[in-house]
Amino acid sequence: MYSEKVMDHFTNPRNVGEIPDADGVGQVGNPVCGDIMKIYIKVKDNIIEDIKFKTFGCGAAIATSSMVTELVKGKTLEEAMQVSNKQVAEALDGLPPQKMHCSNLAADALHAAIQDYLSKKKKEA
Amino acid sequence: MTRRVYFDHSATTPVHPEVVEEMCRFLKDNFGNPTSLHHFGQKARKAVEEAREKVAAAIGANPAEIVFTSGGTEADNMAIHGVAYTNRNRGNHIITSAVEHHAVLNTVKALGKQGFTVTILPVDQYGMVSVEDVAAAITDKTILITIMHANNEVGTIMPIAEIGRLARERGILFHTDAVQSFGKIPVNVDELNVDLLTISGHKIYGPKGIGALYIRKGTRWRQTLFHGGAQERLRRAGTENTPGIIGLGKAAELAMANMEQEAAYLTRLRDRLIREVTEKISHVRLTGHPTKRLPNHASFCFEFIEGESMLLSLDLQGIAASSGSACTSGSLEPSHVLLAMGIPHEVAHGSIRLTLGRDNTEEDIDYFLEVMPSIVERLRAMSPLDQETEFALSDRCNGCRVSHTCRV
Ligand SMILES: Cc1ncc(COP(=O)(O)O)c(C=O)c1O
Ligand code: FES
Repeated sequence: MYSEKVMDHFTNPRNVGEIPDADGVGQVGNPVCGDIMKIYIKVKDNIIEDIKFKTFGCGAAIATSSMVTELVKGKTLEEAMQVSNKQVAEALDGLPPQKMHCSNLAADALHAAIQDYLSKKKKEA
Repeated sequence: MTRRVYFDHSATTPVHPEVVEEMCRFLKDNFGNPTSLHHFGQKARKAVEEAREKVAAAIGANPAEIVFTSGGTEADNMAIHGVAYTNRNRGNHIITSAVEHHAVLNTVKALGKQGFTVTILPVDQYGMVSVEDVAAAITDKTILITIMHANNEVGTIMPIAEIGRLARERGILFHTDAVQSFGKIPVNVDELNVDLLTISGHKIYGPKGIGALYIRKGTRWRQTLFHGGAQERLRRAGTENTPGIIGLGKAAELAMANMEQEAAYLTRLRDRLIREVTEKISHVRLTGHPTKRLPNHASFCFEFIEGESMLLSLDLQGIAASSGSACTSGSLEPSHVLLAMGIPHEVAHGSIRLTLGRDNTEEDIDYFLEVMPSIVERLRAMSPLDQETEFALSDRCNGCRVSHTCRV
């Protein structure tokens, strides 16, 4: 039922973990619903220098988290803000229809991490 | 080649080779319609009636009390709908439980929209219905009680004989879904005090798409769903599924011949599985009753991780299991059974069911115990939840807004 790409990212997820001194942290979902994604970013010169994730959820939730980190690592914040949940799903060669909402929140988690970084920066300035 | 271990016998079972053989004869040469008068028809009729005798013998019934159906789902629908509409002049109240299979629960709920009133009884932490709750729910309008014999998700065996005795004292018809218990533990319609009872072929090493409804002689029940020919003595229209019926008869016969021995064997495997899983892995709880459970049934919730990702990981190692997590149910809700038992949503998402069968061995258990701890460890390492944060997170919903029962 899952594409080969989803299974690849599920079995060998990229960028799993935490960044203890992250510049931004984003979290979406809720364990009550069965999915929760947390994304950590390290930003330098407006570029996402490092990114890590932790996810509680099904195979799709883990694969989308992994894919989003791969898509935006080394990208500018503006480019990263452009990445949508739909693009993440497409990069994985699609997701089963029932997985398109709840488990496909990885871009939202990323955007939340970027917002967190930006609001922290504003406070500092 | 990947080693394959099948631990999903509550979903379905492999068809016994002797069953296949009998069925093949009725797919090939003995193709007659049992209603036909000629030689071909007579041969089929004889075999159908022999199968009926075998099924009846297996549950202590009279062959005339057995009606063949297209499976457990149809038998449940037909039992409940038929009793409800046949007894409408006596009352309109139906009692069931929160942990029934959807074939029962959704049928009762549908009747709730057609002028019947419905009581859905709660269960305790083990998924058990209490006889006192049933007694307290009965009114002078109650016409039917339907409570399952053994639960498919958590394996809990309900006090059916006691509920049946109560129903009989109060003159209320009593149906039980014995799809999961039949063939695994004794199912006798007189000992259980039931008026109607459902069984299904594919859970007992028989074919899919065949089941039976037992209807005690004299029960106020009529066929209210299917209109058509006079088959099954007007109780189930449609040309008989002859190969299926013969397969069910053979499967029932084989199940009875081996039940005691098999139950003892599977109980041993099950108890070892439960003991070692809960010893080897932290933050895991057994779901369902510790002792009043099906001999082949082990079910757990692994905290901080989600069921589908465990199933996928197990499948990659060749182990077939199932889960009550939302992600595997096709809906966004985790299992209604686990929630009814008071298990929190986030824990219910981490459910795994392992249901053993006669081909499983000690080595299969060894293999599971070898691979499961590292699967759990890998997924937990990826999970943002842990003991301290899990419950704190629950009140910080910035969520998906898709769960219609979201109580956060
Ligand atoms: C308790 C219970 N009732 C009914 C059914 C449905 O039986 P069938 O698949 O034959 O329609 C099942 C099977 O999943 C079951 O476990
Ligand atoms: S937890 Fe998903 S909407 Fe509230």
